[in-house]
Amino acid sequence: MKRVQFEHSSIPYLFVAPQIIIIVVFFLWPAAQAIHQSFLLEDAFGLSTQFVWFRNYKDTILSTAWLQAAGFTLIFSALVTFLSLGLALLLAVKANEVIRGARTYKTTLMWAYAIAPPVAGLMGNLMFNPIIGDLYKFLNAIGWDFDHKLDAFDASFVVVLIAVWKQVSVNFIFFLSGLQGIPHSVQEAATMDCRSPTRRFWTITFPLLAPTTFFLMVINITYAFFETFGIIDTTTRGAPGGATNTLVFKVFQDGFRGADLGGSSAQSVVLMLIVLALTVLQFRFIERKVHY
Amino acid sequence: MASLELKNVQKTYPNGAIAVRGVDMEIDHGEFIVFVGPSGCGKSTLLRMVAGLEKITEGEILIQDKVVNDVTPADRDVAMVFQNYALYPHMTVRGNMSYGLKNRGFAKDEINKKVEDAAAMLRIGDFLDRQPNQLSGGQRQRVAMGRAIVREPKVFLFDEPLSNLDAKLRVQMRIEIKRLQRRMDVTSIYVTHDQTEAMTLADRLAVINDGRVEQMGAPMELYSNPATLFVASFIGSPQINLLPVKLSGQSLVSGDLSIDGFQDLPADKELVLGLRPDHLSLSADQAGSSNSALKIRVDIVEQHGADNVIYGELIGAGSSMDGEPVEFCVKTGQANIPDIESILDLHFDVADAMVFLKETGSRLK
Repeated sequence: MKRVQFEHSSIPYLFVAPQIIIIVVFFLWPAAQAIHQSFLLEDAFGLSTQFVWFRNYKDTILSTAWLQAAGFTLIFSALVTFLSLGLALLLAVKANEVIRGARTYKTTLMWAYAIAPPVAGLMGNLMFNPIIGDLYKFLNAIGWDFDHKLDAFDASFVVVLIAVWKQVSVNFIFFLSGLQGIPHSVQEAATMDCRSPTRRFWTITFPLLAPTTFFLMVINITYAFFETFGIIDTTTRGAPGGATNTLVFKVFQDGFRGADLGGSSAQSVVLMLIVLALTVLQFRFIERKVHY
Repeated sequence: MASLELKNVQKTYPNGAIAVRGVDMEIDHGEFIVFVGPSGCGKSTLLRMVAGLEKITEGEILIQDKVVNDVTPADRDVAMVFQNYALYPHMTVRGNMSYGLKNRGFAKDEINKKVEDAAAMLRIGDFLDRQPNQLSGGQRQRVAMGRAIVREPKVFLFDEPLSNLDAKLRVQMRIEIKRLQRRMDVTSIYVTHDQTEAMTLADRLAVINDGRVEQMGAPMELYSNPATLFVASFIGSPQINLLPVKLSGQSLVSGDLSIDGFQDLPADKELVLGLRPDHLSLSADQAGSSNSALKIRVDIVEQHGADNVIYGELIGAGSSMDGEPVEFCVKTGQANIPDIESILDLHFDVADAMVFLKETGSRLK
């Protein structure tokens, strides 16, 4: 696309300066620090520092604990993204069809958006508390020998459930506005061309929602990777036995609890590379199928 | 056999608003019917009820003698062209046109053949692999028609399909739609608020006002023999000249004006005299133009090329329907270009004059 070039002046730079400064101070500089740190080996008290090249990378990334966390993170992210997108889409489609009391219905569905992840985690913690938790009691009452303190699957179930619940409302808002952006007459034209509502949904509505879905997918994967930290920290804390350790949580634990700054930095650099690769992959291969 | 039949069709919205108040209609195979009326009169609602996009509150709609009230839009075998085209933005032109056929289980070869035939007929064959957003308004319009044509439906529905096009394209497409409808011989209903479109396209015209059919008939029949004041003023361009009058003896009186030659009209009622601009002439020598009671002071002359339209205030008349000075309009040959502010005698044949009852709008003469 050709763009018109106007006379240059410094004012535009002034306008973007705050954003640039924020990116430099809060992202680029810490990232550079992390990269620098990841090559250093420090004793627990910070008295001596040694430059060790890639030893931190080798030590941490090849460890079973890291591989376990990486595996869990991938499965966890895939599940959270897929489930929260799917549920939100279903709810949005249904909410879009509601005529009576539509506003109440929609507002209620959006409420969870206002809850911060750690608070969601705390609420989940209460609900799954073995003594007073209603959900804990309910699941045991229906015959599931449920104990998230001991069983890796049960613990994963808890964090996935809370993470999905928290994210559904955000996705719901975007899907709903996406649905309302589809021209009514296009839907009507489809009604005349296709008898089956299910088929209509997959051939007309869903493709027209693709830009929204794609955007949400990127957002949700980032959410599952990073923001769920608060949920993990307030519920399982990686237990049992590191089965619910996400990569971010492990970075935090090794760095701040384990005082292994070098190893923790190495992990965070790797994490950054993984997310970067994932994002590039999404834009390369999935965005191509998106029609704006 | 009626191809499409409406029996006392009514539409009331949940909020109590009544859009259609009982419409009866029989449409023969291959007829081109136009619903015309002002915005909000219920014409689009009626069309959408035939399409199945709006529920029918009361009455029945029959397509080829089968009641379709509870049949889904896709199963009614009707196709619709929407005002804003409503093309599927994520599909190519070919995809748009074949979507309905695919869902009806046609074989691939057959779909391709139908799509290509329709595309050739509409001259969009070169655009088949483009997306709708790469097409101009006129081309999108053709694709929308193509999408309807390929299905070979029993009934075609057009919902103001030309209102988004510019004036020149509109005339072109109008002619094309007419030609296409003739060629395909498919029963069609066309909704518009443009009376020129209505007059030129229709085999029969239904003038709709406030949810009712005011009058239905051939365009010329409605033009020369309107049943009500509404039809008379809606059909015809320039609009019919109207003058509120009262009967006095055998004359119609308005202000200082007295127009002779009217009989058998109620004496004590408020009446409205209607004279079409082309029934008025500037010279008395035209056959039958015997009455010359009217004079206008020329205000504006519009030169249309083949003819001129002269607007002016009617001298001596009372006030118009809206309580303003009465303005009359005359259609004359191109040679007549009167000076502004000059005074012209108008001649007409009393036989051409229409008289309506002001209260109900019904026609008396």
